This record gives sequence, structure tokens and C-alpha cells, in this order.
Amino acid sequence: MAAFLLRRVAYGALTILGVLLLLFVLFFAVTDPDDIARKAVGERARPEVYQQWKKNHGYDRPLFLNRAHDAGSLARYTDTLLYEHFRTMLTFDFGRSDADDSPIGERLWQGAGPSLSLTLPLFLIELVVAVAIGLMVAFFRETAIDRVVLVACIFTMSVASLLYIIAGQYVVGILLKWFPISGYDGDGTVVWRFLALPVLVGVVSGFGSDVRLYRTIFVEEMGRDYVRTARAKGAGDARVMVGHVLRNALIPIITNVVVAIPFLFTGSLLLESFFGIPGLGAMTVEAIQGNDFATLRVMVYLGALLFILGQILTDLSYALADPRVRLS
Amino acid sequence: MTMLQNLLVLTLLLGAGLVVRAAARDRFWRETAREMWRRRPVAIVVVGLYLLVGLADSISWVGGAVEGDPMSGFRARSLVDRLFVPEAFKEASYSAPFAKTAFYGGAPLQHPGQHWLGTDLLGRDVVYRALKGVRVALLIGGLTTLVVIPVALLFGVSAGYFGRRVDDAVFFLMTVLSSVPPLLLLIALIMVLGKGTIQVCVALGITGWVHFCRLSRGESLKLRETDYVAAARVLGVSDLTIIRRHILPNMAHLIIITFALTFTSMVLSETVLSYLGIGLEGSWGQMIDQARNELSRTPVIWWNLFAAASLLFVLVLCVNLIADALRDVMDPRTRTEAR
Repeated sequence: MAAFLLRRVAYGALTILGVLLLLFVLFFAVTDPDDIARKAVGERARPEVYQQWKKNHGYDRPLFLNRAHDAGSLARYTDTLLYEHFRTMLTFDFGRSDADDSPIGERLWQGAGPSLSLTLPLFLIELVVAVAIGLMVAFFRETAIDRVVLVACIFTMSVASLLYIIAGQYVVGILLKWFPISGYDGDGTVVWRFLALPVLVGVVSGFGSDVRLYRTIFVEEMGRDYVRTARAKGAGDARVMVGHVLRNALIPIITNVVVAIPFLFTGSLLLESFFGIPGLGAMTVEAIQGNDFATLRVMVYLGALLFILGQILTDLSYALADPRVRLS
Repeated sequence: MTMLQNLLVLTLLLGAGLVVRAAARDRFWRETAREMWRRRPVAIVVVGLYLLVGLADSISWVGGAVEGDPMSGFRARSLVDRLFVPEAFKEASYSAPFAKTAFYGGAPLQHPGQHWLGTDLLGRDVVYRALKGVRVALLIGGLTTLVVIPVALLFGVSAGYFGRRVDDAVFFLMTVLSSVPPLLLLIALIMVLGKGTIQVCVALGITGWVHFCRLSRGESLKLRETDYVAAARVLGVSDLTIIRRHILPNMAHLIIITFALTFTSMVLSETVLSYLGIGLEGSWGQMIDQARNELSRTPVIWWNLFAAASLLFVLVLCVNLIADALRDVMDPRTRTEAR
């Protein structure tokens, strides 16, 4: 078990290094740091301003070999963009935003709370609703109910998420006036009013593919021998479905779900920026619209880091549940 | 440029013709086609219509100036452009569907009652703009996927079939690319590469590639162990021939189903890109994004949103329906021998 875990973590670390290298190639080698600086200070800025900006943001170093230092010295390799990129990312010392010079690390801490307040209820409600409907559809498989729900799933999957948001804001926010169209308040008692609509929109837009996935899992479980045994012993429908099928299907469901957990922190790009929730998703959208490469880099890195963490957790839960994986 | 584009379209058409001819000779494909036609006739016809519109908008030529706009004679205009004549067929600003008067001020329109879905802020006909979006959507979904699949197959199959070092390298590359959340990777790529049709398609390709590569790797890993591949190897058949004759044909159903699913996901993710301001020029996503604020006007301007959203929805829905039926028809486990 320990060896398995160790191997898994080592591979995860290797992947992180790969992601960092990918980011380096994308953000430093493909995009010229000069372009980033020019976008930040403006085309007509004086050369001194431009050089100063590059110096302040650490873009003034050469890519991976600093010829200003002596041939034998270590600084030849450490005083470079490549080294600095890996160092800042691996030590979580993210520096300042390219757009407004605000410290990125602090803003991450501020944004995680609002993001979590949106994604956590969204995640839980979606899980419960999709599993319940999936179970129901699996029970009524090959009947009219099954077919209607499956077609409904395909229909809801075919609508762009942008449209769900626009329609939700228009119908619930403007026509019915149930909830505010957008905004956020850190105060715990009123915050639900701002979150209700984005959560609703999120659940509706993600529901189709989830129900189909869970239905497939349940239908597969229902064909197994233990279901027939349970029925032969006289167990009722409810008992078979919840007590046997759902319990056994939990392993594939949980492994599907665990991967998503780390992403609860990074929030949702579209929902947050449309509904004015000051989380990490909205921060990313701001970074895109403001050409803020430093923030975007950090976001991509964090996303990858959390994903790899989720993968390791998934493999771990697999290994705990299934002895065959542990021993291989 | 126009020449090149027309040539590309013709090459694609020729390629499609050859593929269809080759498929028609094979019993499996004939039966699949017949079964698909039986199950989803409407969806297939609708997708065919989209393809026709996209094709009519892809072939363009210079000549035949529009009255009142002499410059138009020097611009390459497609069949759709020539049908609608957007240079002349426009109003001052918004007008409602089939309206006789302008939206603001109530002045009489130049083409009363002829704008079936009204006009947008700049007075352009909405039906025309929505139809122009067809080609962009097909470009995003279809062309990108067509380029991505051979590359993904090359990497996936060689990783799965040859294993060892090749597999390690490809698998690591896949892990790295797939550990970045797709939307973020897409955005980062476009930010870095710049805005533009080719850049967006390349970015979509790099993001969409991984999923398909993983699938083909897994499948060829499985197929490599089958008895008939072992038999072929014992008989001294070369690796390349084994891949061509035994591995690829057995993955065909997977390739086609994934093609359809990748297509829809790419078309849908373009709308998000448009919202972020890095989408394609003239796409439905841009129309939807521009129409966002029009809903809060009184009376509501709904036709822009409606035109783009419904064309997008119908296309994605039909492709999804076809993909769903394809899965049932082509999957060897659920496939029943046709009579």
C-alpha cells in the first residue's frame, strides 16, 4: 500500500513539473515577455517606464541562460526566467498581478471563500438530484419514463451554458423578480439570496450528462448476480435499489465524484462572472479580459495541481476499495 | 486566398466522396447507414441542411458588383452573400421580425416585412447573420476534429500497440495536458497564440486531442492482446499492416462516436470563448454574447438571441441524437445482426 501511494505521489510530482514546463513554454517562450510588458504599459510608453515595469515584474531576465554572469557560476542558470518560474510556483510565492500590481496570493485567499460558497451547494445538490433521478430511470429502464428522461437529458445537454445563464437571469431575475440578478454579500444570512439562482442554473446545465452517467452505472449493477439473489430472497424493489444497487454503485460514483472535489475551490468561470460572485472564477475572467498573464498562469497551475491531487485521492480510494489495484 | 479556400473545400468534398464510396462497398457500413437512416431520419436531414448551408458559404468568387456598392465587385462573396446581398439588404438599426417600421422612431423601413427575424443594432439582417454562423460552427467543430483525430490516432495507437517507451512518453504527455482543466488550457492557449480562426482551432485541437488519444490508446492496448492479432503476428504480418487491417477497423465505431461528441463539445465551448472575448468572428457565440444586454431593453429585443441560440441548439441536438443512435447501432455489444 505504502509503495503504491509513494509511486502515485512521485508520478503526480513529475506531472506537476511537466505542467510547469508546459506553462513556461506557453507563457514565456511562445509569448514574448516584451509583448506582455507592452500590453501592460501601453504602446506609447517611454522606454524607461517599459524597462522599469519589466524589472518590477521579473520579466527582464533571459529565458534559461544568463550570459551576464560568469561561465562557472550558478547564477548563470538561477537568474533566469525558467528558474524563477519554477521557484515561484513551487514555493507558492506568486508575486504581483500584471494588470494592477495586487498581490496574487492574497487575492487567492479572498476568492476561495466566495467560490466555495457557490460550488459546494451546487456540487452537493447536483450529486443528490442526479443520483436520485439516475436511480429512478435505471429502475424504470426500457419504459416510457426512461426514454422521456433520456431524451430530456440529450435536450438539456444541447443547450449552451451561456444560454442557461442568460435565460435564468431573464426569467427568474427580471420577469419573476425572485432573486437579485447578480451581486454578492459576505454576510451569512443574506448570501443565499445571491447564490440561489447561480446554483439553480448550474444544476440544470450539468444535470443531463450526470444523469446519463449514473444511469449507465446503475443499469450495469442491476444486471449482476447479487441483484437476482436479493430478489430471490424476497427483497422488495426499494430495498433492492437502495440497499443493494445504490450501495454497490457507490464505488464508481465516488471515484467519479472525488476528481471534481478539488475544483470546488477554483469555482466556476461563467457562473461567477455573470452573477458577480467575487471568487476565483471571476478573478480568472478578469485576468483574461485584462491581459493579466501572471494571474492566469497561477490559475492554470492551481487548477492542474488540484486536479492531480484529485487523481491521487481517486486512486487511493480505488486502492482502499479494491484489493486488486493495491496489489498490482 | 479565395482560391486556396475553394480548393480546400473541393478537396474535402472529394475526400468525403471517396470515403462514402469505400464505405458503401462494406456490408457493415451499409447496414449501419441503413439502420441509422431508419432511426434518425430527421436529425440526419437537418445536419445535411447545415452542411449544405456551410458549403454554400464556403465557396466564394469575385465578380458581379452590387448596385450602389461598386467595391463589392472586387470582394470574394459566397453563395449565401449573393443570395442575401447584405450590402443593400439592411436598415438603419433594430427592427422587429416582419416589421414595416424601424424599432426606434417608427420610420418606414427600406425593406418592409422582408426581414424574417428582424435586424440587429447595425441594421444587418438577422437571418443572414445566423446563416453565416453555420460555416463558423462547422469549421470549429468539424474541421478541427478532422485534423485532431488522425494526430490523436497516431499517438494513441502507437502508444497502445508498441507499448514500453513510446507508451510512457505519450502517456506522460497526456497526463500533463489533461491535468490542466480543459477550459483553462483552452483560454491560456488562445491568450498565448492570439485571437483568430486558426489560433482558436489549434487551441481547441490541442485541448480536444487528449481525450481521444486516451481512448484510442486504451482500445489498441486491448486489441493488441486479442487472438487474431496474435495470429497475424505469428504469420509474420508487419506491425503497420496489423494496425491498418486489424486494429483501426475495430476502433472505427469508437472513432465516429467520439467525432460526434467532440464536435458538439467544441461548438458549445466556443460560446464560452465568445463571452470571454476570444471567440471566432461571426460565430453564434458572438451573437449570443452581443444579445445579452438586449434582453433588458423595453420592448425586449429577442430575435438576435433567438436566431443564434436556436440554430446552435438544433445543430448540437441533432448531432447528439445521431451520436446516441450511433452508439447503439455500432457498438458490437448492443448490435443486433440486421436482416
